[in-house]
Amino acid sequence: MINLQPYTNPRYFIIILVALLPLIIGLYYGKRFKTYEALFSLVFLFLMFDGKDWIQGVQLIAYIVFQFVLTFAYQKYIKSGRNKTWVFCLAVILAIAPLTLVKIAPHMHGKVASLIGFMGVSYLTFKTVEVLMELRDKTIQTVNPITYIRFLLFYPTLSSGPIDRYRRFEKDCDKAPEREEYIENLRLGTRYIFQGFLYKFIIGYVFGTLWLPQVAKAAILYGHANGGLRLSWALVGYMYCYSMYLFFDFAGYSLFAVGTSYFMGIRTPMNFNKPFISKNIKDFWNRWHMTLSFWFRDFIFMRFTFFAMKHKLIKNRIRLSQAAYLVDFLIMGFWHGLTWYYIVYGIYHALAIIINDIWLRFKRKHRKQIPHNKFTEAFAIFLTFNVVCLSFLLFSGFLDTLWFH
Amino acid sequence: MDTKEAVLDILNELTGEDLSDQMDDNLFDSGLLDSMATVQMLLELQEKTGITAPVSEFNRDEWSTPNKIIEKVESLRNE
Repeated sequence: MINLQPYTNPRYFIIILVALLPLIIGLYYGKRFKTYEALFSLVFLFLMFDGKDWIQGVQLIAYIVFQFVLTFAYQKYIKSGRNKTWVFCLAVILAIAPLTLVKIAPHMHGKVASLIGFMGVSYLTFKTVEVLMELRDKTIQTVNPITYIRFLLFYPTLSSGPIDRYRRFEKDCDKAPEREEYIENLRLGTRYIFQGFLYKFIIGYVFGTLWLPQVAKAAILYGHANGGLRLSWALVGYMYCYSMYLFFDFAGYSLFAVGTSYFMGIRTPMNFNKPFISKNIKDFWNRWHMTLSFWFRDFIFMRFTFFAMKHKLIKNRIRLSQAAYLVDFLIMGFWHGLTWYYIVYGIYHALAIIINDIWLRFKRKHRKQIPHNKFTEAFAIFLTFNVVCLSFLLFSGFLDTLWFH
Repeated sequence: MDTKEAVLDILNELTGEDLSDQMDDNLFDSGLLDSMATVQMLLELQEKTGITAPVSEFNRDEWSTPNKIIEKVESLRNE
């Protein structure tokens, strides 16, 4: 049976381009063939979840049904004029319950537990929770069921984002863009996909497939020889090699997803903006996995601070922002998975951003005494890069292998 | 108090700067506003102008300059 995982090899792009051709021609002539688009999505989703992956497919269907019932029940509740906080909390807890189960499952034993989980569940949850929150705030008045399913199951971004927003998606998905705009979409889409080839299939391949296993072997060998914390120069090499691999692989994937979206006349937001030239950690999170960090900013950080300020839980503004950073990044850590190194990765970034804020406040106060020139800026970029790479070493889970296995 | 005055007052309090001569400057790019300050701004706007601006309403592009904020507050007021 044919099973087609998105963006895995160059041949895939030929297949998808041919399949998208009717849609592309339609959009070029100002028409959006929605039935064809639905058919396309259905076929490619089927090819993604068929064969040995059918168990995942069944779970995806059950998940979508569940979220639909939840979202429209909540919408009905809001439209009846009520808006109790506990109902909202209950709805959000229910919406993240499947994801929680998927994250817990790897830590349970048994045959059933090993089957739980399906591709895309982490990213789908962002979309459903966003819609619930915006229904409560009435920034989304009515969720259109057809738009909602197209939004959730939008094929190019289903497996790993970028995370779009309902209102943004809605603006694109019903109309065909103007001819000029669509030509620009095609131009950019093509560029993104080719940039993605370079990133994922060439640079990411060199770092991830050719070099990383070698460096890993060396780091384990030298680490065990050195004893103690099993540190070695090879481990430093692993840190940089993994960081490069992580960026080029994920940024490459994201470029594919955005590029394909553009072909379909949907301007999915970008995920990366030159993260390694960040001047500080705050800057970094405005450039790295942006749709994820912006989601956390808008739906965790700002909501938490809004709630805490309104109810005067923490009066000191600096303390409050520090608490909010901890909450924000801890949840991000848990979202990545329930292992020590993801949680530590979250705490590490929270601390980094808190320290960064303290420094920025200090700098503002002593603006005259602290030099600012090209060298200090280069040093800031160098420092940020290394702080970030160290966090990726944690994130990689390699320390877990090195220390505990 | 008119909207412009109220908004500028709040921004002055938050950023420590009088922004009346930079009505079209992007406050996020210049680092004068961040998420924290934004939340505070939304709460103060709620208190002083009577608008309800939930966090979901907040979109950085639409609230990035003093003029845009005033425009946004006025459109929310007329709803």
